[in-house]
Amino acid sequence: MSTDTERTVSITVNGVPREATVPVRRLLSDALRHDLGLTGTHVGCEHGVCGACTVLVDGDPVRSCLMLAVQVDGREVTTVEGLARDDDRGGQVLHPVQEAFRECHALQCGFCTPGFLTTIAAGLEKRDNSIELTEEEVDEMVGGNLCRCTGYANIKKAVRHANAAMRDAQ
Amino acid sequence: MTTKLFGEPVRRREDARLIIGKGRYLDDIGTTATLAAAFVRSPHAHARIVDIDAEAALDVEGIVAIYTYEDLTGALAEPLPVLIPHPQLTAPRTGYPLANGEVNHVGEPIVMVVATDRYIAEDACDRILVTYEELPVVVGVDAAREAAHAVHEEIPDNVAARHHQETGDVEPALAASKNTLSFTQYIERSACTPMEGKGVHARWDADDSSLRVYTSTQASTSVRAAIAAKLDLSLDKVEVIAPDVGGGFGVKIVHPWPEELLVPMAAIALGTEVKWAEDRREHFISSAHERQQKQEITVGYDDEGRITALDVHIWHDNGAYTPYGIIVPIVTATQLVGPYVIPTYRVIVESVYTNTVIVTPYRGAGRPQGCYAMERTLDRIADVLDLDRAVVRERNLIQPDQFPYDQHLTFQDGRPVIYDSGDYPGLMVKLKDLVGWSEASRLRDDAAARGKLLGIGMALYVEGTGPGPYEGGHVQVLGSGKVLVSTGLTSQGQGHETSFAQIVASELGVPIEDIEVTTGDTRRFPYAVGTFASRAAVMSGNAIALAARGVKEKALRIAADVLEVDPGDLEIDEGLVQVKGTPGASIPLRTVAVLSNPLRYAFDEAAKQATQFATTSSDDKPPVAEGDAPGLEHRDYYSPIRSTFASGAHAAIVEIDQTTWEIDVVKYAVVHDCGNVVNPMIVEGQVHGGVAQGVGGALYERMAYDSDGQLQNASFMDFLMPYASEVPDVVIDHQETPSPLNPLGIKGAGEAGVIPGTAAIASAIEDAVGRRIASMPISPTELYDLVRDDTSEKTATALRRVGTGASK
Amino acid sequence: MKPAPFRYADPGTLDEALEVLSAEGEGAKVLAGGQSLLPLLSMRLAAPATLVDINRVPGLDTVEATGDGVRVGALVRHAHLLHDAAAARIQPLLARATANVAHPAIRNRGTTVGSIAHADPSGEMTSVLALTDGSVSVATPGGVETIAWRDFFVGPLETSIHGPAVVTSAYFPALPARSGTAFSEVARRKGDYAVCGAGVVVTLDEDRRVAAVRAAYISVGLTPEVHDLTDAVAGQPAEKADWAAAGSLARTLVDPDTDIHASADYRRLLVGVLTERTLASAAAEAVGGME
Repeated sequence: MSTDTERTVSITVNGVPREATVPVRRLLSDALRHDLGLTGTHVGCEHGVCGACTVLVDGDPVRSCLMLAVQVDGREVTTVEGLARDDDRGGQVLHPVQEAFRECHALQCGFCTPGFLTTIAAGLEKRDNSIELTEEEVDEMVGGNLCRCTGYANIKKAVRHANAAMRDAQ
Repeated sequence: MTTKLFGEPVRRREDARLIIGKGRYLDDIGTTATLAAAFVRSPHAHARIVDIDAEAALDVEGIVAIYTYEDLTGALAEPLPVLIPHPQLTAPRTGYPLANGEVNHVGEPIVMVVATDRYIAEDACDRILVTYEELPVVVGVDAAREAAHAVHEEIPDNVAARHHQETGDVEPALAASKNTLSFTQYIERSACTPMEGKGVHARWDADDSSLRVYTSTQASTSVRAAIAAKLDLSLDKVEVIAPDVGGGFGVKIVHPWPEELLVPMAAIALGTEVKWAEDRREHFISSAHERQQKQEITVGYDDEGRITALDVHIWHDNGAYTPYGIIVPIVTATQLVGPYVIPTYRVIVESVYTNTVIVTPYRGAGRPQGCYAMERTLDRIADVLDLDRAVVRERNLIQPDQFPYDQHLTFQDGRPVIYDSGDYPGLMVKLKDLVGWSEASRLRDDAAARGKLLGIGMALYVEGTGPGPYEGGHVQVLGSGKVLVSTGLTSQGQGHETSFAQIVASELGVPIEDIEVTTGDTRRFPYAVGTFASRAAVMSGNAIALAARGVKEKALRIAADVLEVDPGDLEIDEGLVQVKGTPGASIPLRTVAVLSNPLRYAFDEAAKQATQFATTSSDDKPPVAEGDAPGLEHRDYYSPIRSTFASGAHAAIVEIDQTTWEIDVVKYAVVHDCGNVVNPMIVEGQVHGGVAQGVGGALYERMAYDSDGQLQNASFMDFLMPYASEVPDVVIDHQETPSPLNPLGIKGAGEAGVIPGTAAIASAIEDAVGRRIASMPISPTELYDLVRDDTSEKTATALRRVGTGASK
Repeated sequence: MKPAPFRYADPGTLDEALEVLSAEGEGAKVLAGGQSLLPLLSMRLAAPATLVDINRVPGLDTVEATGDGVRVGALVRHAHLLHDAAAARIQPLLARATANVAHPAIRNRGTTVGSIAHADPSGEMTSVLALTDGSVSVATPGGVETIAWRDFFVGPLETSIHGPAVVTSAYFPALPARSGTAFSEVARRKGDYAVCGAGVVVTLDEDRRVAAVRAAYISVGLTPEVHDLTDAVAGQPAEKADWAAAGSLARTLVDPDTDIHASADYRRLLVGVLTERTLASAAAEAVGGME
């Protein structure tokens, strides 16, 4: 079996098939941002601690700085740009978590926000939102991402707000 | 939608783009063709550079250019500017954009590599061999003060500045005091650590010899001036733009960072776009830190706990260089006195060099240290006199009828420290109520029954905000009805687009949806100072209000002409200029805007109304009256006589596990007074964020240098910035004491939340464990060392508790 | 902070993986979850010439729980193991410890076996392997061999594996009868590597007296350590055994280091505290299991 230094990868990003030829060492975060132009995913530490770069790979939150772009060949990636869905009038319907972040003032500089949004969106979508969130669930959804601006209070508030909105929409 | 939005919790306008991933931060700018810069940085804290061998890097495919100090010319080869000179800064030193023969801290840039991408640039950096001759290293204020070695050879005592202020003759005042006590305490280094590091993108247009620079800065206008000066460019050929900035907290007010000069230099030399996006490790070792001080305090006081004299001597670690002057020492020195009457005060701050990253303002900017000094002094007085800590504070507070209150000190803006307004006893009443101060002993017993040690602490502060010299604002109404607002200072997440739009909506009577706010873009507003010292709302907010008032005056004048009424009878509401109390007699503001600009050419339907055959202007007056100007716009500036002083009071309740010595902040209460509030939602957000940094600074964050000057925790793995799990719930109460100094009556709010955290939490821990806390931050391992050390000082309160058997 | 150049292969079978590891020699490194390796690459603290990504190798992503124990395949993510009810029944320490591994996004990608192969003494799963007296299966070109944990962990970030090899699974023997377990740690921030952690197994005799006590610690030694604390409490009734004595004994058996987060003394203190706490809880569980 041979080894490569460069590869062409096919990824479905936010529902759209994309292709890029990248050096094998290219981090997924860099491939998304620079090769595919999706700069909504932010890079805050490049060692997996801050969570700003969190994206969903096949629906699960992962740190895109801790994966190589070649590792998502053939897989589905969702970034913050893919959380809102298109409505039937050419506009966009925000994800309830996005709405909640705005409503609850859960962001200030906005740099960490994409990582929180993807993580929380996945967390809420995986559960039955007719059941109110426990404190532990909220803590788990926000607990792995760093934010330097908000002190987290409004982020936690937004998680509950989104949970309520998703319950009402059920 | 109402246009009276001042004071309302309006949802943020910037969020629309930020929540969908459409923000535009520094590293989002450019294309795959943009060249990337990376740096070889010193691995040594103090060394002479003997040789730089870049030969092997030249073989790296994709390498474009390599620069060392030898490649710098003209002003660029000179030391970086001392941004804020001060007569007491007698031995200022700054580095060079690239090290000139010597490095003074780990992380100092030595070589810049430009390559086709960042990966390749780093490959090349790895291959550059720098030979060093290591020199003795100075780390920490004590080593700097001992001066066994010098950071800068020609400054043998390591003292950059000896800042000194006094309000009277302190020695006789102390001698005459009924009681005195003296103590020494330490506070350690932390840092801003915004989620986005610094970054610079430069584009040179060779055809018209112009340079556009994007930089993640808090001061775009001054970066522009620095680039023009250092690269020998005409100011009009340089544009600097702060795009969306992922947090600043002070570190991005320093400028020009070496990279802000070198990246444009390379862009010009190479004729292409060049970008540098700082990585996290670079941010730890080559940006800026703050907070380390050693404080020696002597206080005189009477038997009721009233302070009679205060003598403070501080050693302040300024790191390797002093580009930001002695602002942090001055702020500590002057804000230390807080909300208290200090009859005689002397402060000396010796700012000393160490072989560590530079120290420049981090949110709070010397105030947390000053607050720590003052509040811990009051705690000690209460302890000795067996008085309630709140009572001692109350007895020393400046009273509401004493304003304006002159502390007889000179602030960081060179202006007197005269408190403009406030109600400090009011803060105290609210704080005690909010935190349940009188419940503390019951809570302590409850916790003891659960095997926990509980303690409570409080700290008050006064914060000089909104220093000058000035900011400006520009407001322009377009014929479309759109209102363009700009100001030169920059935004890093404070919600300026929203707050400033609220101000304009309220002043001008237009729907907020019609308003667009631009900040930090020198193309739009070239005169500005920057975003620091909780000044944006005060400075630009008022400047923009004045500009809006200018627009309104002109709009009313034009509309009065058209409607043939007196301007005094007109008002603007919902974008409509109308005669008060006369429905129907009105003209849309957008039409006024069209009419304000007499036209020859009709480029659209609206413009037709202003063309020369459409108007009925008088033949005996020129279309644009003398002294008037076309367009419905106004530019104005706000320049305060001095800073306005916000205030607040925090209290913390901690619970300590007696087996693991883990410290849990179980309640954190804030009472906050920043005068009139533009947007309470945003102000509360600022408080929450500040408190999180305060808690981080008190319990988690510390720049851990070893004696070789190596930063041992230069990563988010080991520099313990709090996650949500470490930040307590915060309860907030407000008090609004308007500032008489500015038209809007507002005071700054940005930094307040962080200021008293260290002091309040130190006090609470001391209350819980009964041992003197004289070094912050404190971690469980350090607390364990303290409590098991029989020689560590017990508080008098603890000894009394043992005596009465009230508690262990 | 970008990785240095490397070559990359993502073999589709174990044989192919071993083949390419053999061909690439010393500079080749196996990539599974990558949650420890990628930061090292980006910081350029590691610069392998070749990464052999085993994520496409079939059959390595299963958790097999039998009455004897739990076998965890090399591609089983922490999140998978955390929620595997059958595995938790056979060996409850697996889920208990895994819940302490970093944060959910890391657990979604990081593998249990990978963290064992990383041999970080601050890792939770290295200690659990030791505490349960587990082993790893290692595939080499010569065949598959089983290596007991004691022979596997050689030093911090160092195992006994040399040359081309893939750790294909870790095996955690089942809990002995009449046993209870507990796992607890103290970290500076939730999700951080522990300042100190303890996992314990308490086994009772048929009269509900303490028959055996084993404890393993995190972040206290260079390699995972298991200590037998039975002597301190042997024969004592489970409900009122002197767990503090076991904690005291544990403190004498460990030799932790000082770092920027904790002194050696503080770690030793925590060894005692966590031992006492976890033993009480594990004993209660053992008693509960007998009712």
